[in-house]
Amino acid sequence: MLRGPSALRLRVLLGGGLLLLLVWPWISALFGGDYLVSVMTRVLIFAIAAISLDLIVGYGALVSFGHAAFLGLGAYVAAISAFHASEGLPLAFGFSGSESLLVNLPLAMAVAALVACVTGLICLRTQGIHFIMITLAFAQMLYYLFVSLDAYGGEDGLVLPARNSLPLLDTADDRQFYFLCLGLLLLYLYLAHRLVNSRFGRVLRGSRANETRMRALGYNTYGYRLAAYVIAATGAPLAGVLLASKTEFVDPGLFSWQLSGELLVMVILGGMGSLYGAVIGAAAFLLLEQWLAAWTEHWMFFLGPFLVLVVVRARHGLWGVLTGNGQ
Amino acid sequence: MWLLVEQLLNGLQLGFMLFLLSAGLTLVFGVMNLINLAHGSFYMVGAYVAATLSGAGMGYGVALLGALAAAGLCGLLVELIVLRHLYRRDHLDQVLATFGLILFFNEGVRMIWGRQPLFMQTPAWLGGSVELLPGVPYPLYRLAIIGIGLLVALGLYLLIARTRLGMRIRAGASDRQMIAALGVNIRWLYTLVFALGALMAGFAGVIAAPVFAVESGMGESILILTFVVIVIGGIGSVRGALLGALLVGLVDSLGRAYLPRLLGLLSDSEAANALAASLSSMSIYLLMALVLAIRPRGLFPA
Amino acid sequence: MSGEILLQARGITKRYRGLLANNNIDLDLRRGEIHALIGPNGAGKSTLIAQLSGELEPSAGQVLFRGREVTALPVHRRARLGISRSFQMTSVFEEMTVMDNLALAVQAHHGHSFRFWRAAHRCQALNREAETLARRFGLEERLHQPASALAHGEQRQLEVALALAGDPPVLLLDEPMAGIGPGGTHELTRLLGGLRERHAVLLVEHDMQAVFALADRITVLVYGEVIASGSVEAIRANPEVRRAYLGDDSLQEAAC
Repeated sequence: MLRGPSALRLRVLLGGGLLLLLVWPWISALFGGDYLVSVMTRVLIFAIAAISLDLIVGYGALVSFGHAAFLGLGAYVAAISAFHASEGLPLAFGFSGSESLLVNLPLAMAVAALVACVTGLICLRTQGIHFIMITLAFAQMLYYLFVSLDAYGGEDGLVLPARNSLPLLDTADDRQFYFLCLGLLLLYLYLAHRLVNSRFGRVLRGSRANETRMRALGYNTYGYRLAAYVIAATGAPLAGVLLASKTEFVDPGLFSWQLSGELLVMVILGGMGSLYGAVIGAAAFLLLEQWLAAWTEHWMFFLGPFLVLVVVRARHGLWGVLTGNGQ
Repeated sequence: MWLLVEQLLNGLQLGFMLFLLSAGLTLVFGVMNLINLAHGSFYMVGAYVAATLSGAGMGYGVALLGALAAAGLCGLLVELIVLRHLYRRDHLDQVLATFGLILFFNEGVRMIWGRQPLFMQTPAWLGGSVELLPGVPYPLYRLAIIGIGLLVALGLYLLIARTRLGMRIRAGASDRQMIAALGVNIRWLYTLVFALGALMAGFAGVIAAPVFAVESGMGESILILTFVVIVIGGIGSVRGALLGALLVGLVDSLGRAYLPRLLGLLSDSEAANALAASLSSMSIYLLMALVLAIRPRGLFPA
Repeated sequence: MSGEILLQARGITKRYRGLLANNNIDLDLRRGEIHALIGPNGAGKSTLIAQLSGELEPSAGQVLFRGREVTALPVHRRARLGISRSFQMTSVFEEMTVMDNLALAVQAHHGHSFRFWRAAHRCQALNREAETLARRFGLEERLHQPASALAHGEQRQLEVALALAGDPPVLLLDEPMAGIGPGGTHELTRLLGGLRERHAVLLVEHDMQAVFALADRITVLVYGEVIASGSVEAIRANPEVRRAYLGDDSLQEAAC
């Protein structure tokens, strides 16, 4: 493990960050608009997806290049379920869809877990670059599957009738939706934190560091990795459902390899294997993108070399720089 | 029957185009242990430069040479400026950095050429079509691609199997320390192999320009196919790349042509049509998953 | 010498393409003995260990644990049964602390690890066992240092300590002394000698002094074949062994 940052510095960073997120809606009101709330909502949502990816990339050394597929699955489950509910069309097994997050969230996670179980069984037989490529291949398959689903808009995507709802909360209100996302992010961060420090998390770290030894000690590393892969795959749909609700729109682009690549960028940019790094990385990537896009139409021309520079210069990502563990 | 012949030829044509791209990529991986997501960018650069030169009224030969020079130069610069810092890094760093390069190249191309796709004319002397069987015309240009692909494959085989440079490349792929110990300048070898790969990718771009639309992002749609090819073939193996490329080309063409009919026989519902459409786009990924499930390191692991 | 037979190899043969790495090897390990496996480099000792532990599949032959065939079981299943090994090349978790290394090894023997909630480092049962192991191997001062910060000799001790977690009946030790200076060998020899009481130990070692000090029985492997097997005295006296491997010098030296 890396040397931990000093406790004080860590507390200041986390406390400051949390405070900033809590008062963000009022800060953005000062600058005259809900636009900044919307931007930060997006950051919170992608932070959840990035954390879930960090669980396998950072702690398990499983570089998935298809993680967006699980985000896309979550988004489509929310959209399709809401679509059926509003049109009054039966969906399957006597279920006629729902517009409630309380139904769609668990459903999305279950669907993703199921898909991850099946694909994981095959993917985890491979290692290294082969794993990168086979996860990419499965994501591409899902991409083409949803492109061809004409009933749900095919390539053009599907518009949601409204945001998925929750009792006691008006999700249509941007500020309330922001706090919903913040709450879920904090909850997910806490769960992930428990996970990586548990016995299971220790086994995961051990398998990353030295698989041969782990097997010699008596660990069935394949089984633990499969479990980690499935667990990570249930985090991304959380982000997917929220994202579909936020934009009230889904399209097959959510499965695209570019989005998978961007999720990886967030994790690495923030600093792998630290969970908080994934949050910082999501924020840095999306805010940088916003800022560059406001400044020039050709923002990618500048973002690209910046990423290269980050890789070549900062080994432990932004979180490493912030906590003093960077190079 | 004629459909089958036509689809087989289409498959071969796609296969050889993929081979041009995957040979370079697989060598770069085998010799330097580097994943280069930006390999498709050289293909794109080749296509753009060729389309521009030919659009400006230059001959096909000039367009070809210009495109090769541009792609090779881009490869050289990318290797010298960025990638040589990444050989010893893990694959994750390489994925991230070359992902950044893709953004750079795609946007750079948009800045220079705009968002509208370019089109390139087939050279006049390769226009028209030939009758393979009575009543079965096939475009001459596409046949030429197959021929060129065969020639390049043969040339590459001779280069790797018969020349001194090829010997060093093979040695580099199997044992890095050893060839450094033998006193081969490994830096120079890496740069050369990388530029060679970029050159072949650029060549594929020139060939593809009259067939596909020349647009920003064209590199990635084919790059993913290329990755499928080298993973199926076994990373680092040129022989595997050739076999994988032809396999992917054929499966893709035949799948698109026949899967909808096959499923149509079973059921005529709308759902069957949708399934057929998605299955035929997915067929090569299914192939890859199948190959890796049985042979986790590909058909010819290096 | 007449302890229960815990591990048995019958006719183990391993071919790599044309090469015969192990040829029809019979070997048994009894509780209460240290069985040394010696032979020149390339004799196939590590190959044999890998087949006993399950990393390699034999081309022919069987491995039996307590009379039950385990030839087809993968490494981790054999490890859980109680066949544990250490590695010739130090194979510890370098970025983790010594404590985490040992706790992770101990944890492997405390049921499954699909436990997602409680913090692992708060589990006293694991920590106590890990600390006991550390004390046994003289690593208690180093508990909270990363394994990569240990001296080479200490890393070798950690290497053996990991194999010992969970008190496995069978220990396969692949050159535990590799690369340790004379001072460290003495300490490790004492530790290994203590293992005899509770375990059946297969010891692969090049340090003849340690072998003669520790072994109850010795098997000599040359070019993948057993050329002699028996008590220390019998091996010392065996002319074929002298010719093929030991050379008179080393025997003299060890006798002093």
